[in-house]
Amino acid sequence: MELLANILISAMIAATPLLFAAIGELVAERSGVLNLSVEGMMIVGAIAGFSTVIATKSVLLALAAAIASGAVMAALFGVLALTLRANQVASGLALSMFGLGLSALWGQGYSGLSAPAFPRLFVPGLSDIPFLGKLLFGQDGLIYLSLTMVAAVAWVLDRTRLGLIVRAIGENHDAAHAIGYRVVALRYLALMFGGAMAGLGGAYLSLVQTPLWVERMTAGRGWIALALVAFAAWRPWRVLLGAYLFGGITILQLHSQALGVKIDAQLLSMLPYLATIVVLVVISRDVVKVKLTAPQCLGKPFHAAD
Amino acid sequence: MRASRLAKLVAGSAVAGLMALVGWAAHAQTKPKVSFVYVGPIGDHGWSYQHHQGLQALKAEFGDKIDTNYVENVPEGPDAERVIDQLAASGSSIIFTTSFGFMNPTIKVAARYANVKFEHATGFKQAPNVATYNARFYEGRHVIGLIAGKMTKTNTVGYIASFPIPEVVMGINSAYLAAKSVNPNIKFKIVWVSTWFDPGKETDAAKALVDQGADILMQHTDSPAAMKFAEEKGIYAFGQASDMASFGPNAQLTSIVDNWRPYYIRRVKALLEGTWQTSDTWDGIKQGTVSLAPWSRKLPADVVKLAETARDGIAAGTLHPFTGPINKQDGSPWLKEGEKASDKDLLSMNFYVAGIEGALPK
Repeated sequence: MELLANILISAMIAATPLLFAAIGELVAERSGVLNLSVEGMMIVGAIAGFSTVIATKSVLLALAAAIASGAVMAALFGVLALTLRANQVASGLALSMFGLGLSALWGQGYSGLSAPAFPRLFVPGLSDIPFLGKLLFGQDGLIYLSLTMVAAVAWVLDRTRLGLIVRAIGENHDAAHAIGYRVVALRYLALMFGGAMAGLGGAYLSLVQTPLWVERMTAGRGWIALALVAFAAWRPWRVLLGAYLFGGITILQLHSQALGVKIDAQLLSMLPYLATIVVLVVISRDVVKVKLTAPQCLGKPFHAAD
Repeated sequence: MRASRLAKLVAGSAVAGLMALVGWAAHAQTKPKVSFVYVGPIGDHGWSYQHHQGLQALKAEFGDKIDTNYVENVPEGPDAERVIDQLAASGSSIIFTTSFGFMNPTIKVAARYANVKFEHATGFKQAPNVATYNARFYEGRHVIGLIAGKMTKTNTVGYIASFPIPEVVMGINSAYLAAKSVNPNIKFKIVWVSTWFDPGKETDAAKALVDQGADILMQHTDSPAAMKFAEEKGIYAFGQASDMASFGPNAQLTSIVDNWRPYYIRRVKALLEGTWQTSDTWDGIKQGTVSLAPWSRKLPADVVKLAETARDGIAAGTLHPFTGPINKQDGSPWLKEGEKASDKDLLSMNFYVAGIEGALPK
């Protein structure tokens, strides 16, 4: 039981950076912007959070710095892709590399330092329940925040006027513009929300999962988050499913190796990718529905007709 | 008239171009460029970091007699060939490619640039202009295996492995045999993470191993993430490639430290003197390429003595970590009583020794 609880907790921790980054990117993409610089925004968030916690010892300030730096990176992308109407794919790739370089420069002098332990939730009574207590009430606050963000994004996109407008500009920006919505301004907001979430995901990595700073520590998680959004057919709850599947199978395969299960390690390493893709493709196999949720203006530049 | 003027112009610019080319070549000859290709970031505080220390040593040793440059974060695969080719084409005199997976790209590019010298770390393919070099890390693994066997309370060592190549397999076998020799109940739990560098995944692997009872961690991956995790958990770990004590002041018992400086200085000196030749170098504790970070204060005196005796024995050549009788995992005999493993056997090692549980990925 103890081992099972530990496996589940590790899986949640492994999934959380992906979840943050993917749910943010989902909002940006639903508004019609394809921002490929998730990896760059995550790693900048990671060093922003880490350097702030070293300087101030305050976890809250560190998270604020990570959110802000991710949003600034996204705004930079907005200037290139929305204001100057540069190619979105090229701008995203360029900013991704820029983020990796910037973080390496910023991080000089921070490697070898230790972040203070991240506070964990403790609910008297509830956190002491064997098995479930630790699992449900004993984690760091960011895990709960990431789950809340999924619910919030799902609710806003599907149930509110703001969500409807965001989806409308992602679906047909000319029509949305014609009835008076400010396409570019709203896309900036969606982008910056995505950047903020990616920054938070990066900070989760450098403050909670692996509380240290090493160059390139995101190690491709931004790209996995991007893939999750597409394979989840742009639906928030499927992003959650995808991220937890990926995290869960990653941890399970490590444990099964340690237990001595006789399956090739290479196959096990491939399993998280394979299983996540298969499951998401199978549940999203209805072509018509996928076409309905895929933002039709994704990646297309918007020219306001004068 | 007009035609001859044109001809003069063409001839004139050709001569100018040629002179520029000769001048460039002469310049290139007076100042060789030494290039490095790293698989990880130089800030990984492990493998690539130590090679970069070697580059710094070259700068200090030869000053303005050489130019240096490097490319970091080069993935093993098609990208590597492009990077190495680019360095060769842009005037490098010697290129050090510092990861096992750069072997085939290095050989391929070297065939195209006969005048450029190549040095490939940890591989086994040579050519007239490709030398190989490696370090006997398994000697260091023997020493940490002895320490782990003595220091574990759960009799379980957690091992974070990268890829099933001979160098890594050799390390596991060496550490296991040493640990087993001082602790017959020792068990190794081995997790392959299929990456050299992913701090998050290395931490996850460390966590999985500790959840399953390991109380000492060994790693053959490049980041200090596992050391940091061990420090948090209050258990012991061994650093990899460089001294990781700053990440685990209480956790680190010692580290296997790669010191490439002497080799790099020797080879670039040979290049400058025109005596460079292809070679296959495999140095270890004796030559100082493999060294051990200062012992932790938590090691009892008898364990320190055991470790130092082994280290000094290896340096003196009286102790070989792979001395028979040793059987393979499947029970078939490998080394007879007193027989020592040949370098050829070691460099192609693709089996676990008897006693290790789990299947070695192929």
